[in-house]
Amino acid sequence: MSDADFFNELWTYFIAIITVVGMLACALLLWQQGRQKVAAPGDADNTTGHVWDGDLRELNNPLPRWWMWMFYLTVVFSLGYLVVYPGLTTYRGSFGWTSAGAYELERAALEKQIAPLYAGFTAKSAEQLGQDPEAMAVGGRLFLNNCAQCHGSDARGSKGFPNLTDSDWLYGGSAEAIRTSITDGRNGFMPPMGDAIGGEDAARNVAQYVLSLSGRENDPVRANLGRSKFSACAACHGADGKGNPLLGAPNLTDRIWLHGGREADIVQTIMQGRSGTMPVHKDRLTEAQIHVLTGYLMKISGASEAATPVASTKP
Amino acid sequence: MKPPDGPTESRLGRVIPIVEARREAQSDDTREKSRGKGGDKASEPELVSLYEKHRKIHPRSVSGLFATWRWAMVWATQIFFYGLPWLTWNGRQAVLFELETRRFYLFELVFYPQDFVYLAGLLVISALALFLFTAVAGRVWCGYACPQTVYTELFMWIERRVEGERHHRMRRDAGRINADYVWRKTLKHIIWGLLALWTGFTFVGYFVPIQVLGFDLLSLRMGPWEGFWVLFYAFATYGNAGWLREQVCKYMCPYARFQSAMFDSGTLIVGYDTKRGEPRGARSRKQDPATLGLGSCVDCTLCVQVCPVGIDIRDGLQYECISCAACIDACDTVMKRVGYAPGLIRYATEDTLANPGGNRSLRKTLLRPRVLIYSGLLAAICLAFVLSMWLRVPLKVDVIRDRATLSRVIEDGVIENVYRLHLMNASEKAQRLRIDVSGLPGLSVPEAERLSPLLAPAQAVNVVIHVHLSPDEVLAAGSHPIQFTIQEIDAHDIRVLEKSVFLVPR
Repeated sequence: MSDADFFNELWTYFIAIITVVGMLACALLLWQQGRQKVAAPGDADNTTGHVWDGDLRELNNPLPRWWMWMFYLTVVFSLGYLVVYPGLTTYRGSFGWTSAGAYELERAALEKQIAPLYAGFTAKSAEQLGQDPEAMAVGGRLFLNNCAQCHGSDARGSKGFPNLTDSDWLYGGSAEAIRTSITDGRNGFMPPMGDAIGGEDAARNVAQYVLSLSGRENDPVRANLGRSKFSACAACHGADGKGNPLLGAPNLTDRIWLHGGREADIVQTIMQGRSGTMPVHKDRLTEAQIHVLTGYLMKISGASEAATPVASTKP
Repeated sequence: MKPPDGPTESRLGRVIPIVEARREAQSDDTREKSRGKGGDKASEPELVSLYEKHRKIHPRSVSGLFATWRWAMVWATQIFFYGLPWLTWNGRQAVLFELETRRFYLFELVFYPQDFVYLAGLLVISALALFLFTAVAGRVWCGYACPQTVYTELFMWIERRVEGERHHRMRRDAGRINADYVWRKTLKHIIWGLLALWTGFTFVGYFVPIQVLGFDLLSLRMGPWEGFWVLFYAFATYGNAGWLREQVCKYMCPYARFQSAMFDSGTLIVGYDTKRGEPRGARSRKQDPATLGLGSCVDCTLCVQVCPVGIDIRDGLQYECISCAACIDACDTVMKRVGYAPGLIRYATEDTLANPGGNRSLRKTLLRPRVLIYSGLLAAICLAFVLSMWLRVPLKVDVIRDRATLSRVIEDGVIENVYRLHLMNASEKAQRLRIDVSGLPGLSVPEAERLSPLLAPAQAVNVVIHVHLSPDEVLAAGSHPIQFTIQEIDAHDIRVLEKSVFLVPR
């Protein structure tokens, strides 16, 4: 998208002309005022001779001349500024400065500054990082800034957003799988299966069967009816319902329910399908940061329930 | 209010003397020149520029009661300014404003950006104090305590040591540039520069630990920002106290512009007693001024020569006057020498100068409504400030309800909400905090989370807390106010209450 999408190009010239003419007018006014002299009627009276309301007289309260030169300096400064920086709309400035470029520079400087810290982290494996309190503190801050928005401050997620503190992983819990999830993101998709299964009633039967898979209370008659229909689900979830980390298909035999474990939730999942997106993070985070986050996630998923992310700032 | 009987007189009466004064003080030289030419053009209109050329003022040194007071203030403020950063407290600099970590240390106290209200309080107190002192005694701040005055005094002292007294300096500045001129000027600027650099260094030492800064300076490893600010502040000191001096007071300082709004006829000003002094004129010490028809003023012009802003106080109150009372000291010395009573120029109110007989006492000057109101406000705000500092809890807590997880039902129907607690230790001691929650029956924090990690001095920590609501309590869906109590385990006075809400799902 360019400026031209919003403005006629004429406007850019209009603004540039106003800017430059305005500055020149300031200089002209200074020059003219610097030369101007006013009549002082008498030595005893420092008025300019202007009188209002019969007795209100304008005094000549002269500005020091060095101050006038400072005004000239501001005009010179502005002109120099416009040469160097992109102030005149389409003109990009003699150094090609942009705010985005300045941001990149600052970011690069920051990364250079923290590189030694991260170098220490990347030398270790993701599993080893869990034993490094400093890495865990950094990981905690990275998590709160980048992950907590969806997965929650305590990393336990919520409906539709996976709990990262349990040992259940849709795409596998190896360091490599976690790293890929953060780096490239994930697109979880379950198609609507209502038609394939044969309507809502059949879906309810399948739901009862699914409940039976994880050993929960179910209606055995309906579950039995649902079992035969489950073949449609087995393509992804496997014949035994244990899921498939390659596809991100959840294990249906545990008691973890990403989109809700009530019968109504399961029926809705079957009828309408589900989709979930884990965004790509490789543009936001550096490889080293992703490495630290991977270590952090492995630590908190392996630890007990009480593990809570603690991030501290330096005193 | 007087009826506009003689409006011209009364309105301009206050304005014109100021104008005259400037024009007369503008240059003794030009006046003398025009007199020398013999051409008295006072009645003819002349063309004047709207801009004024800078005239160098060569103030004469002065000694006396008020000069002593000013030097006392120079010592007091500068021992304070130069010395404070070198004090240590609890193993760190006693007064340190660490911008990078956003922690301000003031002896026992640790301030966070959240404490900014104290700065606002301090500024209000300073402003009110300025109003009060101005209403009572005019520009005493300017004359004795303002950094511009203090550094100008120091710089002028150096100037006098190197270049000599007023007449030496004037003669040298008017004369040829020779070896004497060059070495004296060079030496002066070197000493000025060193003092300015030391000032800049000290100033930055309030923001960066000064001993580290000194070490970096000696090993030439000072960072670019530290270096910039040391040089910038040094340059400002050198420029303001060395070159600009009275120009700062006359043209740059906003206080000079609005102080007249706080003046009235009961305000103490440096005033010349016209009734006693006029008509002025030289006379022999043996002659009786009364027989000559003269007043007390011997027209020695010492009061003009010592004035750092280059005005003649005998022309009345002028906005340039910074109330430094150098003219009082000079005049009293002369009065003593010629055997007259001191006080021809003195601290007086406009009322007392206008009515020497009418005794408007100090008590009456102080018991004006304006002074009483300023004092009352100042006392109230000072009291509030001290009290709130006294009662300040050295612990800051922010409770942030988790945005991602509104509410969830966990095992056995327990309803869980997630909170992020930002705990900031604003003290010099380690803290371990106990976290409790109240406001609804059946509310609890899991035992494992009730104790915070140990907070090191001045450390900030983020802790995630789960709050559970027992399923036995049936509550309407929606938001319910709750309260966190964060209590230091060993210190009962370190306790913070923070409000939040608990969400119950549908």
